[in-house]
Amino acid sequence: MPLWDWDYAFGILPDLLRALVTTIEITLLASAVALVLGLLIAIVRRTRIPVVDQLVWALVEFIRSTPLLVQIFFLFFVLPHFGITLSALVVGVLALGVHYATYTSEVYRAGIEAVPPGQWEAATALSLPRTRTWTGVILPQAIPRVLPALGNYVISMFKEVPLLLAIGVVEVVNAAREIGSVTFRFVEPYTIAGILFLLLSYPASMLVRRLERCRGDV
Amino acid sequence: MATSDTTTTKPMIVFDNVEKRFGANVILAALNFTVEPGEHVTLIGPSGSGKTTILRLLMTLEKVDAGTIRVGGAYLSHMEKGGRLVPADEKHCRTVRKRIGMVFQQFNLFPNMTVRGNLIEGPTRVLGLPKDEANARAAELLELVGLKEKIDAHPTQLSGGQQQRVAIARALAMRPEVLLLDEVTSALDPELVAGVLSLLRDIGDTTDLTILCVTHEMGFARDFSHRVMMLDGGRVVEDAPPSQLFSEPREQRTRDFLRAVLDRR
Repeated sequence: MPLWDWDYAFGILPDLLRALVTTIEITLLASAVALVLGLLIAIVRRTRIPVVDQLVWALVEFIRSTPLLVQIFFLFFVLPHFGITLSALVVGVLALGVHYATYTSEVYRAGIEAVPPGQWEAATALSLPRTRTWTGVILPQAIPRVLPALGNYVISMFKEVPLLLAIGVVEVVNAAREIGSVTFRFVEPYTIAGILFLLLSYPASMLVRRLERCRGDV
Repeated sequence: MATSDTTTTKPMIVFDNVEKRFGANVILAALNFTVEPGEHVTLIGPSGSGKTTILRLLMTLEKVDAGTIRVGGAYLSHMEKGGRLVPADEKHCRTVRKRIGMVFQQFNLFPNMTVRGNLIEGPTRVLGLPKDEANARAAELLELVGLKEKIDAHPTQLSGGQQQRVAIARALAMRPEVLLLDEVTSALDPELVAGVLSLLRDIGDTTDLTILCVTHEMGFARDFSHRVMMLDGGRVVEDAPPSQLFSEPREQRTRDFLRAVLDRR
């Protein structure tokens, strides 16, 4: 038997591609959570409301200091004891999204701090309402600067989706594992799985690098 | 509700025993002065004397540590609540602050908006002006500052002098009663200073704005102001019409300062 069987490889490709679609879906949904929640965390921390600020800080530190896998297990296996049962897919999106929100919030924070204090002062001098200062002045300057960094986190999330095989989500690596455990041929499924990740991650990171180079004019 | 009408003559700005510290560093110590409506007052003094802090307190960019500030009869630093004076909250600050406009040393235009965007932002978002009215006002003000053709430019495409003219127009678009000018020509290339100063002279001559100005341009201070206040160490050392203060300063401290400033040129 050859190490690499092309017929077999093409035979399993549709299953792996289907799993890749699931992986991309989870990445996109989790990214939406991470990008929105991270921004909210950054804004709450910046406004420095007592108690709320400390609570958010503690939560962020806690999430950052524990492994993502533990968080996934916790949401999937422990929450049901408290009457909250979430599907594996929902757990995947939430766990990845919330975990990465703690990182994107730092990215946003850096972007917000890079906006000169004079911009806040000019907004105050015009008596702009707080929300308008954020949406009209600060964020439009802060976010373009940090898009590359945010993009890198989205790529990282994409590559972390296979962690969800621990709770039975059929993403690419899990699909490869299942195929292999039936056929006892692992070379093709795992190789194809790796290549699929490479085919998406690499162009994506090239895109981020281009973004990095042309962001100078913000 | 917040307006208090205790005096019959109504000064535009009243500083009453205002104190400002940064840590142990006393910037303003029991400062008292008033500015009448329509008056142009220039603040001069060495750096660290508290000139800019006075403007920043008026713009509510800093909070007073003691004493009170009133603008147009209303408390700015405080508000009345149940018959007592309490530190002003954000909402109160905003109402009183609408009467005040400020132009900054570093222009501080919003780089993510066009010139037009900068000019209509306040009028539409804060004053609730309809967009076409705000646009008309923007065009009018750009004409005044001589930049009619730059309405759709981005601030980064403008020279420092042009940016500062737009910033002046932006402040005026809010129709303030008080205009604060914080070293508005200090960041400009020397050849652009004269244009901005002559624009300010025009504005001073043709409006009834109360203007408080911090500047190192002594020539401008001399012919623009009705009054010059010399500050040192957070206190008013001398307060006189420019003709007197520049020609025959009474205080030794003023003489030293003026000599140092004029020698530098």
